Amino acid sequence: MGKTVDLMEYQAKELFAKHGVKTTLGVVVETAEAAKAAAEQLGGVTVVKAQVKAGGRGKAGGVKLAKTADEAFEHASNILGMEIKGLTVNRVLVTPATPPVEEYYFSFLLDRANRSYLCIASVEGGVEIEEVAKTNPDAVRQIPINALEGVTAEKAAFIVDDAKFPAELRDQAIEMVQKLWEVFVEEDATLVEVNPLARLEGDVLEALDGKVSLDENASEVRHHEHEAFEIRDEADPLEAKAKDLGLNYVKLDGEIGIIGNGAGLVMSTLDVVAYAGENHGGVKPANFLDIGGGANAQVMANGLDVILNDPQVKSVFVNVFGGITACDEVANGIKGALEILGDAAAKPLVVRLDGNNVDKGRAILEELNHPLVTVVATMDGAADKAAELANA
Amino acid sequence: MAIYLTKDSKIIVQGMTGGMGAKHTTLMVESGANIVGGVNARKAGTTVNLGGKDLPVFADVAQAMKETGADVSVAFVPPAFTKDACIEAIDAEIPLLVVITEGVPVQDTAEVFAYLDGKNTRMIGPNCPGIISPEQSLAGITPHTIAGAGPIGLVSKSGTLTYQMMHELRDFGFTTAIGIGGDPIIGTTHIDALEAFENDPDTKAIVMIGEIGGDAEERAAAYIKEHVTKPVVGYVAGFTAPEGKTMGHAGAIVSGSSGTAQAKKEALEAAGVKVGKTPSETADLMREIMQGLA
Repeated sequence: MGKTVDLMEYQAKELFAKHGVKTTLGVVVETAEAAKAAAEQLGGVTVVKAQVKAGGRGKAGGVKLAKTADEAFEHASNILGMEIKGLTVNRVLVTPATPPVEEYYFSFLLDRANRSYLCIASVEGGVEIEEVAKTNPDAVRQIPINALEGVTAEKAAFIVDDAKFPAELRDQAIEMVQKLWEVFVEEDATLVEVNPLARLEGDVLEALDGKVSLDENASEVRHHEHEAFEIRDEADPLEAKAKDLGLNYVKLDGEIGIIGNGAGLVMSTLDVVAYAGENHGGVKPANFLDIGGGANAQVMANGLDVILNDPQVKSVFVNVFGGITACDEVANGIKGALEILGDAAAKPLVVRLDGNNVDKGRAILEELNHPLVTVVATMDGAADKAAELANA
Repeated sequence: MAIYLTKDSKIIVQGMTGGMGAKHTTLMVESGANIVGGVNARKAGTTVNLGGKDLPVFADVAQAMKETGADVSVAFVPPAFTKDACIEAIDAEIPLLVVITEGVPVQDTAEVFAYLDGKNTRMIGPNCPGIISPEQSLAGITPHTIAGAGPIGLVSKSGTLTYQMMHELRDFGFTTAIGIGGDPIIGTTHIDALEAFENDPDTKAIVMIGEIGGDAEERAAAYIKEHVTKPVVGYVAGFTAPEGKTMGHAGAIVSGSSGTAQAKKEALEAAGVKVGKTPSETADLMREIMQGLA
């Protein structure tokens, strides 16, 4: 949906509470002992819920009901450290168990196809909404929102009536919809989802779960406080290091380190390398790294530093098309990076330069005559060379 | 001919006096594009020399258009102010607005797009390299030295892949190459550009470059099947991108089965588009088509 900061349930609920959306925050803990203490403090029956940025937590056994504090301890011991969709659970949320009478679904999201926003609402919530949409599409209402008009009281009422929320909950639902819209707009979200939106005993409407994605562009422009939501312990250590260095890096499972400029060209490089790898023992790209326009020595050194620290990497492919960036700057960047890294640069580098000042760039690398550096003229040829070296 | 931008285009630059704006205004002037001025409320009435040309600075887009007859604006405004700059240009009824700025909050773009409804402005971008009609004009940051004029039309989400493909096909040249940007919401789509290339008599064949995320390529494929008679060659980046991981471009994220490179490739091929596995192979497919047309 765009480059986003995806929140965990407890973080989403914090945002809900900030905007007056009725929810129960509970207590977030990182140990079983703390879970027990939280259950004691809350009293009564509690729910212990794994906090990871992945759906299907319940199915994976990451959500358990605890009748006593000792049970909360036991469940938390089991859930902490569990892997859900490749993510390790490092914290659990302990909340009072509030059995819903009915479960509904509600979300606001960015609608790329219509270049606007969409509201999805259903009184058949609590389950996978995609399934409901298939089996009973009429029950899943999709209501376009005009980005300039937003969600007024009338629009909120329309949504609630269209989705056929029960009459006795109508006023509460309208208020809930407006507050969730406030979360969406004021926090610059690309997704605000509540599933289930629960009808509790006594006809109280409450967000029992929450999924929120925040627009990273907006975080940088006007929501610096959103940086506090970034949880680093889930990230790969190399990704964390790259982030500290301000690099646009994604760790993958392969042997050929990739550095390029521009997201499209780097993605294309991954593909070309993967095809080349098919002829060289199935070697694959080890990462995505886009150094953007500023390919100076320090940026190049930082990029190489991250990639060379990946123990899986056997060779590195630097693929740059000099558009605005001049190839001689890139070549000097590589030269400088090798000087900065010294003996730490111990893996072969295949370099393909093209575009702006390509002759000067290639001349610099030729003159450098570094034993680890091979210059290849074309992207496909260079990918093949890098794959060959990774398979050596 | 060309699409959207021709030798007659008169271009102003919003944010001309900023770092990026000044650098690229210089490059646009050097390319031969007809840059006629810039906009900066605080420096209105002054003149700036960029690329050897004295360029007047105006208070707003409306005044700049009135004084110079400009019909294109290129915006290099910082992301926090991009929405206001766009609305100013749309209110002035500039026919073409090219938004280069990267990092615009998507809700700002959503508002601008809603604001465009019923107005007389075509927006390209944001977060794009802009548009070049080689040997005619340049509104954006695409290097004018990569390729000259020729019979191919190019539309791409990605900037560097636009450059790469122009480089690969420089022996043929281009009517217009347009980078539409990779953000989740953009002003001009693949379909808009395909329609314009179909209607441009000088464009003989079209290269369309896409990447993972969203379903713009699938919709473009459906459009090609129905409406495009000229040969189209396609390329899609991101076959090896892992599911659910963002690869830099705001739009380039795969979630679920839709939006994968494979799905896009299949949709394009079903529409009769030849799709290359790599940029070079794509260029070869285009080369075959051009030789067939000759």
